[in-house]
Order: sequence, then structure tokens, then C-alpha cells
Amino acid sequence: MTAPIRCREDETFVLNLGPQHPATHGVLRVKLTMDGEYVVKAEPVLGYIHRMHEKMAEDRTFAQFMPNTARMDYLHALAYNHGYVLTVERAAGIEVPERAEYIRVITVELNRLTSHLLWWAAFLLDLGGFSPLLYAFDDREQILDLLERVTGSRLTYCYFRFGGVYNDIDDDFITGTRNFIKRLRSRLPRLYHDLVTKNIILIKRLKDIGFVSKEQCRKYGATGPLLRGSGVQFDIRKNEPYSVYPEFDFDIPVYDEGDCMARYMVRMDEIEQSMRIIEQALDKLPDGPVRAKVPKILKPAAGDYYAAVEAARGSFGCRLVCNGDKSPYRLKLRSPTFSNLSLFGEVAEGMLLADALAFMGSLDLVIPEIDR
Amino acid sequence: MNIVEQTRIALLELFPDLAAADAEARAKAEAEAAEAAEAVAPVEAEQEVTAAAATGEAETATPPPAEESAEAATPETKAAAAEKEPAAEGPRQNGVAVGDYDRHGVHLDVLCDPQQVVAAAEILDQAGFFIEAITGVDWLKEDQMEVIYDYNRNDGRLCRVVVRTRIPRAEPELPSITNVYPGANWHEREAYDFFGIRFLGHPDLTRILLPEDADFYPLLKDFTL
Amino acid sequence: MDTSIWRPILYLIGFMAFAGVNAAWLGWAERKGAAHIQRRNGPKEVGPFGLWQPLADGIKLMTKQLLIPSGTDDILFRIAPILAMIPALTSMVVIPFSGNIQARSIDMSVLLIFALASIGMFAILLGGWASGNKYAVISAARVVSQSIAYEIPMLITVITIVMITGSTNLQDIALAQQGGFWHWNIFRLEGGHFVYMWIAFLIYFICSVAETNRAPFDMAEAESELVAGYMTEYGSMGFGLFMMGEYLNIVVGACMTTILFLGGWGSPFGFLPGIWWFLIKIYILIFTIIWIRWTYPRTQIYKLLNLSWKILIPFSLVNLLVTAAFIKVF
Repeated sequence: MTAPIRCREDETFVLNLGPQHPATHGVLRVKLTMDGEYVVKAEPVLGYIHRMHEKMAEDRTFAQFMPNTARMDYLHALAYNHGYVLTVERAAGIEVPERAEYIRVITVELNRLTSHLLWWAAFLLDLGGFSPLLYAFDDREQILDLLERVTGSRLTYCYFRFGGVYNDIDDDFITGTRNFIKRLRSRLPRLYHDLVTKNIILIKRLKDIGFVSKEQCRKYGATGPLLRGSGVQFDIRKNEPYSVYPEFDFDIPVYDEGDCMARYMVRMDEIEQSMRIIEQALDKLPDGPVRAKVPKILKPAAGDYYAAVEAARGSFGCRLVCNGDKSPYRLKLRSPTFSNLSLFGEVAEGMLLADALAFMGSLDLVIPEIDR
Repeated sequence: MNIVEQTRIALLELFPDLAAADAEARAKAEAEAAEAAEAVAPVEAEQEVTAAAATGEAETATPPPAEESAEAATPETKAAAAEKEPAAEGPRQNGVAVGDYDRHGVHLDVLCDPQQVVAAAEILDQAGFFIEAITGVDWLKEDQMEVIYDYNRNDGRLCRVVVRTRIPRAEPELPSITNVYPGANWHEREAYDFFGIRFLGHPDLTRILLPEDADFYPLLKDFTL
Repeated sequence: MDTSIWRPILYLIGFMAFAGVNAAWLGWAERKGAAHIQRRNGPKEVGPFGLWQPLADGIKLMTKQLLIPSGTDDILFRIAPILAMIPALTSMVVIPFSGNIQARSIDMSVLLIFALASIGMFAILLGGWASGNKYAVISAARVVSQSIAYEIPMLITVITIVMITGSTNLQDIALAQQGGFWHWNIFRLEGGHFVYMWIAFLIYFICSVAETNRAPFDMAEAESELVAGYMTEYGSMGFGLFMMGEYLNIVVGACMTTILFLGGWGSPFGFLPGIWWFLIKIYILIFTIIWIRWTYPRTQIYKLLNLSWKILIPFSLVNLLVTAAFIKVF
């Protein structure tokens, strides 16, 4: 759809998108070289909310670093909790009780729902549709209430512990979750799909916009819905199963188109799949303890450990280098959007400004996670 | 042949001496295996490799990771252990080690010279891997800097490869792999930002997360808060 | 009465009041409408149902400092908001609210209104240009291209009406549609115009939404792309005047649609015509515009232009030919 660019060097101008801009959802800055409405060159400038979590990790004990993990991807904080505890458990050789694993899966998937709902809301806001924001927030609020009941916080959870979770879930949570899923199931087709997904304006704006090929994804290390929207079936939950995910029957939605609509559909289908996982986990929930006996100060054997989980935005990996001390010698946090955003510059070239912003929205950026 | 083994053989190209030894050991192992069992299901063989590798690696959990060859091992382990140096202690030698996935989360652990990282990236690129992260580790005591490249596959065949290399701390320089993986661009900039590792041939090696006028490298161990 | 000095003064006061009330309370209606579409309450603290909210907003805007950033074209920057308001206000002069409520009946009143609407576009262009802000300039460029694209099908559609009625006087056009909805241009039985006139109505309505820069065609102030477009640098009453100008444009647009297609002040049943019918019709149209805004996402600028150049203009031209044929045949 985009016309070939014919511009003279002296006719371009630089548009400074951000760090405060409605479409960047946080403090991302993109230096756009524009030819009229066409983007000639796009350079994301990062680091406005950089907090150096990796250095903080080296200064704290393993348990003390837990709250930091929630402050990277504040929308899917529990996945980051999960990735970190998985790595440390792997390093220290801790066994997790089965009930705790189920609770982890339930809460992580609920959290994934909140993340996708918020993405949906914010994406529509990028496209100029304001009302869906409030519909999605309405649903998201229900999940936050549920999660607040068990975790004690609404956004930056610090719920997982090495060897289990902090708190057992109660019957109220279980019935609340079941009711919520019933509610979202009834709302999804009407409020989400009839009103928005099938909207001709939305389809026209997203179809064939922001094409990302499989090869591009591989070269840039893209993961998550971005990769699945390009036709690659890759989800850590299936490909490299962790926790109790192999117990559940769920699909990995894949769309081959590689455009914004494909990524949109992947996320919408993932909402459905997450609900399936939660339902099955609630049905199978075993009894038992939710926390293994773990020493207060962990001193894992020296060595190199890696674990990855599937966060809402892609695969989140933790590389932990231990030297036998009570704090990590080095903790590398591999955030998915850092890689995903790095292909923005290449893809956005030659796009119209509005399309480039639609593409940016479809990447589902969470800036604190990129900047860490 | 499973993907881990395939990649291991491909990566052995980096180390001609080891590759020759490996081929010899492999031929021997195959001959033995053919004698031992006439029809072994490939799935079982794969399981054996990982199981055997696990026993081989379990003893090597102390830093710096030293590669040991397990004594009581199946022919396959011998083949896997062939490229490892027999030295029990001391710094690890270059080579491809089969990692203990359940414990360390990687299938193949490559230690190579700084000059070989581009070749390693090319081999992995051709094999269909994607770059997950590039990071450094500052080994202050040894006066060395370790650069770690994490690779992974996205085609459903599970194989995580980690490529490490050690560079002198005083002069942290090594070639950039941005020509192979454009996605490495930001990861290398990040490593430069945090550790001051200079990637030669990088198109735009500037600060990425820290302010452009920062005059420190925060993740160095002698940078204290 | 025509020669009396009181007539212009009375009309002036009347129009100012009508414009002021509409500009202020349409903002309230929009917020309230949006709130109910989004299952919220909307303004509710200031007065019953938040009805005094526009007054509070007005006081706030008026007491704020009018900030003129450096690098702006000072004079143009100040003129632009006023220029946005004036044409919409002036348009009211020729609009027949009912058979006897009209300030001036001018023969070329249709053309006058379109000329004034173009001046409204100039205000946005000047405001965007004078701001010296790149977002504002992009927005100004968009407004111009959008305005050019949509005035063409709009005028072509109006020509069909003029052909049917044989007059460019709004009063005559409205008078020709009196006596029941089957006389309205959109459903006009006489001459068989109802066969295609609803298409003309759709084209005209889409164009009028686009002309007033309302979602889904609000390319000029697309907040997720251009921050606030031409209004980025405006605060205080400069912003307030732009907002009032926008609402007045909507009112004028709705008035025009009503007069051209929906029978003006005529009642749908053929009896009791009067200004209330006119007001009911324009507010239904305005509600529809608000409803559309809060339901649809925004389109893309080139899709918007394509819609005009590739679909609306050809359709309106065909429509024109069909009208000519119908007039000739029947």
C-alpha cells in the first residue's frame, strides 16, 4: 500500500516522537526522519526509565531481588516472578509442590489475560477508538481484584517464592475466577469481536500493515505474539515446557500473514487459550502444601543457569551466574520486547506515520521491560 | 540424529583438532553400537545421549566449569566426551560441551576464542538459530571478561546453545556479529553500555540504556554503588 | 419590520445565544454521551447531571494564561482561533430555522455556507502553521488535503438538490420539502427521486462528518499520532475557541443536512411544522455524529483520501447524472 519514496535529502525533517507521546505508552522516544507523512528512518532511543536491575541483583540476596522482577514488565509481572524463581530453583535444586505449580499457572495466566486486555485497550486507543479501553479495563479490573485477594497487590506482584507461592488460594478465589471466565466468555464475542474485530475500519487499518517475515523475526530474535503472527509456532509453554504446562490441553494460535491483523488475532486467541488453561488448572487443582521448605538464605552451587518462560510479550529468559555466594554473581534478564522493538526501525521504513504507530502498537511495548 | 547432535557436529567445525578426534570416536562408537544392538529405535538412542550426557556433566558444577569425562559411560558419551580435554581441574579449554539441560538450561555449551564468535554465529545462523541475548560477565579475579551469546531455535526443535568467549579485562574487544544477526545490534550496544566491551565492526556502538554522557560501566565488579 | 433596527440586533443576540449554548453544552453532551457509551457516569458533580460543567470549564479556560511559545507567528497564532469561530457563527445568518426565523434570506445562501466552511479550514491551516510545531504542520497539511477531497463530492451532491429544487436559496429548498416526509429530498416520491437520493444523503453525511473533522475522520487532531494536531500549542481560550468552533461547525453541518435532505422545519406527518422539528432533527444528527465518534476507530489519511477520490466523487458524479436523467424523464 505504501508508495515508493522519492525524496531529496534536504526535504526530510526529523520528528521527535516522545519521550512523552500518547502513542509510545511510556517514555520511549523514536527519532523519525520523515518525508512528509512517510517515515524514511526510525531510530528508537531507549533508556528513559532504565533502573539497572541487573546491578541491583548483584547487591541483594536471591530473595531480596524478587520485588524487582515485578517492576520490569508491570503488565505481566507474575511471568517475570516465574522466570526468576524457575532459574533460582534450577540453580538451588528446589522441588516445588504440585499445588504451588498449579497456583502459579493459574495466576500467571490470569495475569496474561490482564496484559492482553490492556494491550487490546491501548492498541485501540492508538488507532483512535477510545471506548474499547473502558470495556477492557472493566474486565481487567475483575482480574486485578481476584489477584489482589491472593497476592496482596494489584500490579507489581511479589507472589512467588522459591519453592512455591506466598499464599494459598481460597474457595472465594476459585469461584471468583470461574465466574469471571464465564463473564469474559460471554463478553468476548459481543463486545470484543462484534464491535471491534469485525469493524471494517479496523480491518482496513491493520491488514497488510507492518509485515514482518519469519526470517526477520529470526534474525532479530523476536518472540511472542509477534513471532506467532508471522507464522512460527513458538511458545516456551509448549516448546520448552516448564512448571505443569504439559498437563494442560491448549493450542498455540498461529497466523501466517505477519501483519498487524495477524498479531491482533494471535493475542485475541491467546485470551481464549489462557481461559482454557485456567479452567483446566482449577479442575485439576491438587491438595497439598504450597511451599517447600527452603533455607532463608540460598547459596546455589557455582555455575551458570538459564531458564525461560513465556511472558505475554515473548520469551523472558534469566541467565544466572553464581559463584556460591548468597547473591547472584551476574543476573542477565533477557526481555522479549527489547528484541522485538529492535526490528521496528527496519520495518517502519517507508511506512506512513499512522501505520508506523499502528505497527508500534501491535508490538505491545512495555517500556520498563525494555529499559530494565 | 537429533538437533542437538547435529548442531554439535556443525559447531565442531570451529575446532579442527577436536572435530577429527570426534569423527574418529564417532566412527568407533557407531561400529560398537552396530555390534551391540542391531535395531535401536532412534528415539531411544536420543534419550541415551541426553541421559549419558547428564551423568557426564553432573560432576562439573564448580567454577570455572571444567569438563570431565565420566568413567562409566556409554559409547555415545565417549563420543561426546572425546572433544573435551582430559584435564580435570584448571580453566576450561575451548570446545563444545553437551550441557546438562535439566540443571543448567542449555543443551550445548561452546567456549571459543574471541575471533571465532563470528564463525560460530554463522554456523548457528545457517542451522536456523536465533539470537536471544548477548551479555557479559566480569571475572575480576581472573582479570577476564566473559561474553555470552545465547542462541535458541524457534522451529519447535528444542536446542539452546550458549557460546562463550573470554577476553582480557584491560582490553575488552572482539568482533561484532551484527553482520550475521542484525538483531545483535542492540544486544551488543547493551553489553558495551554495561561492560565497556567494544565490538569491532559494529555500525553504531553507542550507549543504549544509559545516558550518552555516562563515563562509567556499571556492571563491572569494580564499579561499586 | 424588515427596516427596523431591532431585527438585526435581536437576531444577533439570538444567534450568539444559540451558538454559545450549543458550543458549551454540546461539549457536555459529548462527554455525557461518550460516558454512557463507555458505561461510565461522565460529568456529574457540577450541578444536576453535571449540567454546569461547561461553565466551570469555561471559567477555567478563561482564567488560564494564553501562552504563546517562542518561534510562533504571533499574529497568525492569535487570529487563528478567532477565525475558527467566526465563519461558523456567520453561517447561522442564512440558515432558516423555521418559515419565519431567518436573519437574511439570500439567493446564494448554499454557496455562502460552503465558502464560509472553507474559511474555517483556513483557520486550522493558519493555527497549525503559526504554531511552528511539526505535529501541527502535519495536521494543517492533512486538513487541507482532506478539505479539498471532501468539498468536491459534497458540492456535487448539493448540486443535485439544487437541480431538483431549482434554487440555491436555503429557504426555497426547505419550502420545497414541506408537507410530510415523502416530500423530503431523501425520500422524495415526486419525480421518483427517492430511488437514489438516499445514496446522495449518505455521501453528503459522510462528507459533512469529514468536513467537520470528526472521528473516524479526525485526521487533523489524531491524538495518538499528532498529539493534538493543530491545537498542540494552544491552551486557555485559544483552545477553547477552537473547540467551540468545532462544535459550531457540527451544528451548522447538521443544519445543512436537515435543510437539504430532511425537510428543514417541516414535520414528518405534514402538520404542525415549526422550529421544534428543526431542532429535533439537528440534535438527532448531532447525536449520531457523537455516537459514531465513540464507536469507531480512526481511519488512515490515505484511506480517507482514497474514499473520497475513488468512491465518493465517482458515486456523486453518477448520482448527478441520474438526477439529471430523472428530472428529464419524469
